[in-house]
Amino acid sequence: MTTADLLGKIIQVVGALAAFSLVIGLVLFLIDRAPKRGRDYWQLAFFIAPALILLGVGLIYPAFRTSLLAFTNSSGKWVGGENFVWMFTQPAALITLGNTLIWVVLVPTVATAIGLGYAVFIDKSRGEKYFKALVFMPMAISFVGAGIIWRFIYDYRVAGNAQIGLLNQIVVWFGGQPVQWLQTTPINTFLLIVVMIWIQTGFAMVILSAAIKGIPTEQVEAAELDGTNAWQRFTNVTLPGIRGSLVVVITTISIATLKVFDIVRTMTAGNFNTSVIANEMYTQAFRAGEQGRGAALAIVLFLMVLPIVIYNVRILRKQREIR
Amino acid sequence: MSDNVVDLPIAGTRKSATDAVVVGAKSTRVKKRLTSRTATIVSLVIAVLWTLPTFGLFVSSFRPAGLITTTGWWTILQNPGFTLDNYKEVLLSTSQSSPQLGAYFVNSLAIAIPATIFPLVIASMAAYAFAWIKFRGSGALFVLIFALQIVPLQLALIPLLQMFTALLRPGQEALHQLIPMIPAQNYLPVWIAHTIFALPLAIFLLHNFISEIPGEVIEAARVDGASHGQVFFRIVLPLAVPALASFAIFQFLWVWNDLLVALIFSGGTQDVAPLTQRLAELTGTRGQDWQRLTAAAFVSLVVPLIVFFSLQRYFVRGLLAGSTKG
Repeated sequence: MTTADLLGKIIQVVGALAAFSLVIGLVLFLIDRAPKRGRDYWQLAFFIAPALILLGVGLIYPAFRTSLLAFTNSSGKWVGGENFVWMFTQPAALITLGNTLIWVVLVPTVATAIGLGYAVFIDKSRGEKYFKALVFMPMAISFVGAGIIWRFIYDYRVAGNAQIGLLNQIVVWFGGQPVQWLQTTPINTFLLIVVMIWIQTGFAMVILSAAIKGIPTEQVEAAELDGTNAWQRFTNVTLPGIRGSLVVVITTISIATLKVFDIVRTMTAGNFNTSVIANEMYTQAFRAGEQGRGAALAIVLFLMVLPIVIYNVRILRKQREIR
Repeated sequence: MSDNVVDLPIAGTRKSATDAVVVGAKSTRVKKRLTSRTATIVSLVIAVLWTLPTFGLFVSSFRPAGLITTTGWWTILQNPGFTLDNYKEVLLSTSQSSPQLGAYFVNSLAIAIPATIFPLVIASMAAYAFAWIKFRGSGALFVLIFALQIVPLQLALIPLLQMFTALLRPGQEALHQLIPMIPAQNYLPVWIAHTIFALPLAIFLLHNFISEIPGEVIEAARVDGASHGQVFFRIVLPLAVPALASFAIFQFLWVWNDLLVALIFSGGTQDVAPLTQRLAELTGTRGQDWQRLTAAAFVSLVVPLIVFFSLQRYFVRGLLAGSTKG
């Protein structure tokens, strides 16, 4: 990077921010001086128009266009449901769908289970804050960064050489042969899932921990007086008390999992039968030039996310009403 | 002030999450030992398992190239070695074969800062209008925007890219002619894309907060003759700072850590591409250059980790609030 490049970048950022505030300031100045008649109307337009225009042009219209694109082939000709037929008949595409299902079953359940267990175990313990920070930290890390961290763990050296990947070293310590983890189907998909679980557990833990602290202490104490053991208290007091948060956590992680892209992209690029819908959508639309297929995959993704989101929103609304 | 936290969409989280974070401040809560010995051991194992991967990469990034690729990082005591060369290499080296992360680091910042400010301003204006300007269709419009959160951004990518190529590209070329220092391939498409994708969630969250500002305050100002613009800048924005901060941190990290939007809208050159894109590229082409990858990964992690450890309280709030985005 030369100094001129850097200068160009700084000019871009400063210039854009300056232009942005100038436009906002100028319009604000003008609408305050707009003719009295209809001034409220102008002010409303100023406040709301930028968002509406951006959303209309950048989200609503493209979503409709994508829905149409899904029924065309790579040269833009109408092909009806061919792209969807492709998706549900071609072995490679079926693997993608199957993998996505495995992801969306395993990640939310395992991440939530570990997160919940951890939250219960460290609840009110000494150093709880630090325990939390350690598990929550992966949440701050980008999926790409996490991909590199775990590729390093799964790294492979030919048997006989010193291993530099922790997983293979453990295998060797136990007398096994090192494995090319990321190239070996089907275990590679599960190893990628581990990365997502590693990231999402912290999220589950933080929310569930907060929910556990929200359970009235009287309930817990009453259960203690009744002579219940820890497990009984957990199933009869804690679990019912955090049901709402539990649902939110599971649905939220499911949504994130359905859209997972970066992890697969960074670690295997979808090769060796590890692809998932979001990755395949990118590959088809922006690498293979098959925009119709990409659009069809995007629509399937949308249809998979839709019921979960609606359910999530309904739970949230109900909780809000109770509050 | 602690009541002014952004209204999280999760019942019970709002108060207790804050409590949990400021637990150091009021240590009135009785601390007891971990529930039982097994629980202690299990939590310790989980904590170690969750930290070890990052720790291993961190240790490795300071080891000389020869040692990284021949010995495991856990043997560092038998094979000691410490160097800053990896970081020097990835950040400062100008040779063609090195990652040259300096430029990409600047790009990440140059993308993330405006892509945080733009949606923040636009969304808070819209949120104010929905909360405090009465107009017909306000409710229906707000529900529509709320509903847009369910649209995965994958659904918009292809047409948006086509539109940018058709409409935005000529403008960028013209700007390049005008100021040669700004490359024709510039940040504009990435900024706009991030702004658009951030709006539904941002408007929803900020509306929740702004609509809870006491109506008397705003009405009093209106009666005194303040325009909506004055009310917005002098009263609403200052009061909404906690919500703005939470969203800003969430959005900044989201953009910083994003790969998909960058891959599609940045063009992939040193002029625009952020760190994540460069890292993904490096793992693809130089997946065994661990001395570079380890250091490069940490260069990209530094900013989020600083935000995480210094602004944990806002970070948690923002993350919880925005967890369904994307």
